[in-house]
Amino acid sequence: MKLVAEDLSCERGGRAVFSGLGFSLEAGQLLLLKGPNGSGKTSLLRLIAGFAEPAGGDIRLEGGHADLTIGQHCHLMQHQDAVKSALTVEENLTFWAGFLGGGDIEAALAALGLDRLRSTSAAYLSAGQRRRLSLSRLALVPRPIWLLDEPSVGLDAASLERLEGLIATQLASGGLVIASTHVAIGIEASSELDLGARAEVAA
Amino acid sequence: MSVLAALIRRDLLLALRQGTGAGTALGFFLTVMVLLPLGIGPDQALLQRIAPGALWIALLLSVLLSSDRIFQADYEDGSLELMTMGPAALEIVVTMKGLAHWLTTGLPLAIAAPLLGFLLNLDPALIGPLVVAMGLGSVALSLLASLGAAVTVGIRRGGLLVALLILPLYVPVVIFGVAASSGIGGLDIATPSLLILAAIALVALVTVPFAAAAALRAYMH
Repeated sequence: MKLVAEDLSCERGGRAVFSGLGFSLEAGQLLLLKGPNGSGKTSLLRLIAGFAEPAGGDIRLEGGHADLTIGQHCHLMQHQDAVKSALTVEENLTFWAGFLGGGDIEAALAALGLDRLRSTSAAYLSAGQRRRLSLSRLALVPRPIWLLDEPSVGLDAASLERLEGLIATQLASGGLVIASTHVAIGIEASSELDLGARAEVAA
Repeated sequence: MSVLAALIRRDLLLALRQGTGAGTALGFFLTVMVLLPLGIGPDQALLQRIAPGALWIALLLSVLLSSDRIFQADYEDGSLELMTMGPAALEIVVTMKGLAHWLTTGLPLAIAAPLLGFLLNLDPALIGPLVVAMGLGSVALSLLASLGAAVTVGIRRGGLLVALLILPLYVPVVIFGVAASSGIGGLDIATPSLLILAAIALVALVTVPFAAAAALRAYMH
């Protein structure tokens, strides 16, 4: 599987966020997105997930399922956590397992250390715990491409280690990971894309 | 199938826990039915004549009351975006959410209508036609409400706007619904009015999911 972007440009509200951007990511590779706020990291991840049309250029997936969109190959983690406060931790996961076509709830609970919180209403979770519940979808349902927007925000050291473990497993099993982050994560990135440096060059 | 069952189960559970379910709608329905005879006075013949119409108006107001939240919570917390990345088409998701809304509003109200009808001296012979017409008509009401909810999903406090957009579309449902439950054309259940009501529900079932899904996609892009 190979994700290729060529000469990609993106506009938001009539303002060019980035242009002429390209990368090629193969199975087992991690791409780190860097750059200051507003440099287009989130926009790029949303472009890949299919929530925006590129202003120019294209993104294609080689070796994926022909019937599925690129978005349907992806897990997208963004700042909205998609956690329902009225449901317990386990009920939240049960829904996503059912909706995304079957998943391993026990594995997801264990992956982010949520075992002891399983019957807790999500309304009582701390911000970091909600984040972990959101991230546990990664372990819940296998998907070849992970798009992680600032995944380490709000996580404690132990949880960050668990997340790094998940990413390492995903890469080892031939998955693709694209992460935007300000904090160094303990995994060697296959490539880095500095959107901030590019913007300055463009200016 | 399990994908759709998961969605309906979650929406019913959320409605139950968040108090947006059948209880609230029934309470509203009951309040309107109690207020009406107080406002009109104890003229039993008059109340009997207006009972089906009054029940229908109360039904569509109850449906509207809960409609603006059909998609909004999922839109705001990012769930809706993740749903578009799932195996089910957004059109199917929209249909299921409309169905869940009907199960928590339209259906319980249709079942409770004969009971509340006694407050208005409803003719007992009309109970059968009324329940069937309301059960069927509320499918169309819920689906149209989900269209309104989709079109206004990104607008804060869009409830009033939903009412303005959707109430005109409720006109045919009310006309044929009241006709089907007033004993016009005999006390048979399958009157021409009921058949037209069924047709409206079916047309809504086919067209609303596409329109609502298109609106939701426009908001997410």
